[in-house]
Amino acid sequence: MKRSNPGFSRRGLALGGLAAPLLAGRASAQALPVPPAMLEQGAPVEAAPYGKPAPTEAGVVRRSRLGAENQPILGTAGSTLTPHGDLDGIITPNGLHFLRHHAGTPSIAPEQHRLLVHGLVERPLVFTMDQLRRFPTVSRLHFLECSGNTPFFQQARIRPDWTVQDTHGLLSCAEWTGVRLADVLAEAGVKPGAAWMLAEGADAAGLTRSIPVAKALDDAMLCWAQNGEALRPEQGYPLRLFLPGYEGNTSVKWLRRLKLDTQPFMTREETSKYTSLMPDGSAKQFNFTMAVKSVITRPSGGQTMGAPGFREISGIAWSGRGTVRRVEVSTDGGATWQDAQLQAPVLDKCLTRFRLPWQWQGGPALLASRATDSTGEVQPTRAALLAETGPFHVYHYNGIQLWQVQADGNVRNAY
Amino acid sequence: MRISGLVAAAALLLAAGHAGAQPRYGLGTPATAEQVRGWDIDVRPDGAGLPPGRGSVAAGAGLYAQHCAACHGPAGAEGALVPALRLAGGQGSLRSARPLLTVGSYWPYATTLFDYVRRAMPFNAPQSLTAEELYSVTGYVLHLNGLLPADAVVDAASLAALRMPNRDGFRPTAEGR
Ligand code: HEC
Repeated sequence: MKRSNPGFSRRGLALGGLAAPLLAGRASAQALPVPPAMLEQGAPVEAAPYGKPAPTEAGVVRRSRLGAENQPILGTAGSTLTPHGDLDGIITPNGLHFLRHHAGTPSIAPEQHRLLVHGLVERPLVFTMDQLRRFPTVSRLHFLECSGNTPFFQQARIRPDWTVQDTHGLLSCAEWTGVRLADVLAEAGVKPGAAWMLAEGADAAGLTRSIPVAKALDDAMLCWAQNGEALRPEQGYPLRLFLPGYEGNTSVKWLRRLKLDTQPFMTREETSKYTSLMPDGSAKQFNFTMAVKSVITRPSGGQTMGAPGFREISGIAWSGRGTVRRVEVSTDGGATWQDAQLQAPVLDKCLTRFRLPWQWQGGPALLASRATDSTGEVQPTRAALLAETGPFHVYHYNGIQLWQVQADGNVRNAY
Repeated sequence: MRISGLVAAAALLLAAGHAGAQPRYGLGTPATAEQVRGWDIDVRPDGAGLPPGRGSVAAGAGLYAQHCAACHGPAGAEGALVPALRLAGGQGSLRSARPLLTVGSYWPYATTLFDYVRRAMPFNAPQSLTAEELYSVTGYVLHLNGLLPADAVVDAASLAALRMPNRDGFRPTAEGR
């Protein structure tokens, strides 16, 4: 039974376990029963050396997006999504951080792992993990979003039964710990003229992206920890690049090599993929920074409203260009807007939780959120975005998300 | 945008300024040329990084049938596993209502094909083909796209020189210029 979503429940979950009067909010003349758990010892203290969620939360997991074309190819080329409809706050638990893999998760022994820094540098260097960990460290909270998050460009591919996990699950947020890439590059000595840096992963895709050296020297990190513990294998263990605000694929996991050069390398992941076809037939390339965006996570697709009355509308907002300055919420499809409360902390290139109290009278409502970032950029409507990009853009969708609350209390994706 | 651009430019100057300076922390071990050679597998659009050797479209036909066709289709036109794996066709379709993005219609550089196949294909056995086999199979995929004749010989010079149909189709954003 699912009780972590007061007010909204995942559709299809029976609530039979709780006494009907409690659920209906009716007063009862009976004494509250003594909970059985108070009558015996609980599980042993040492029973869970690495703690897990409660068994009743077993449904809160990553999965692929609904739809045949969204399933992994041969099991290892695909993605799984963060279940934002079941999460609170701004931090994604490590086991629920989204995955987008081109060749599965490699198994790497940290003592064997090396980072090679070469190309246009004074001193090509090889680093062990131990050597990297001796640099001054930094920890920062940042979101990571795949540029393919929210595949709403082509109308025919959108499904009304998509939940916020399907629509916005290629997004997560964590505290990342590592070293400043600028410090590591300074050890090697960046030569004049070095304008691009190739980052290469040690997976079976040898995934490579070209990164502007300006970004590498600005706020880029080499990370080995996430939310306080070592990176999970599927997040790049033992070492990943992290580029705050940039599309997720550039934060190369299992990082083994950095090569500096004067020009971009034009890898498959920055030509064939991660480029956006425009209506005139040209393609946008090196579109790195994720634009301002927000989504209501409660109520959201697949949830049911329950009884009319007070609700909190809650969601997340973010921008790769800075902080979230404002989030407005509409319950009438954008005809009128109200300012939502931003919950502290409001951090640079990080998820920000927003909330708005709401009296749901029952009956249909069309929910939407609209974020503005610290550069003044406002999240566009889907129509406005598509007018600019056309339908084949594939990446960097940041349109306003609509959730249709139906008269029967079910919530559907109205994109 | 403008301010962060300035900051980045300043950082660039700073880095360039102390490029020759002694390392601050003394961490890392000098990488020898031999060490670098083991990992330095990228290929640039100008052909830098392509290995010595040569292959042929003719030899590529057999290699493709053996190592690639099961997933990408016998002619690369459908993509045997899923449509997304098609490698050929679609030229002239980018402006249409049904654009088809393939090596031939979309990829700006033939060198990228060599680089990608060398590092990632065949999917079930990456980095298993020799330089000669890579030149041949790369040549064959280009041939399937009508970009090389059936009797073509493929080597570093010919791959770097090949002008792909969509060579000028990409516009970098301000971040990538
Ligand atoms: C076992 C199945 C399989 C085999 C065999 C295979 N591939 Fe692939 N290929 C894939 C998959 C899956 C992808 C997509 C990987 C990803 O998602 O990044 C792919 C992607 C590609 C791409 C990139 C396509 C694009 O549009 O970006 C090229 C080019 C390619 N393969 C060429 C080859 C060649 C050449 C061979 C033979 C030497 C080969 N493949 C063998 C499964 C296979």
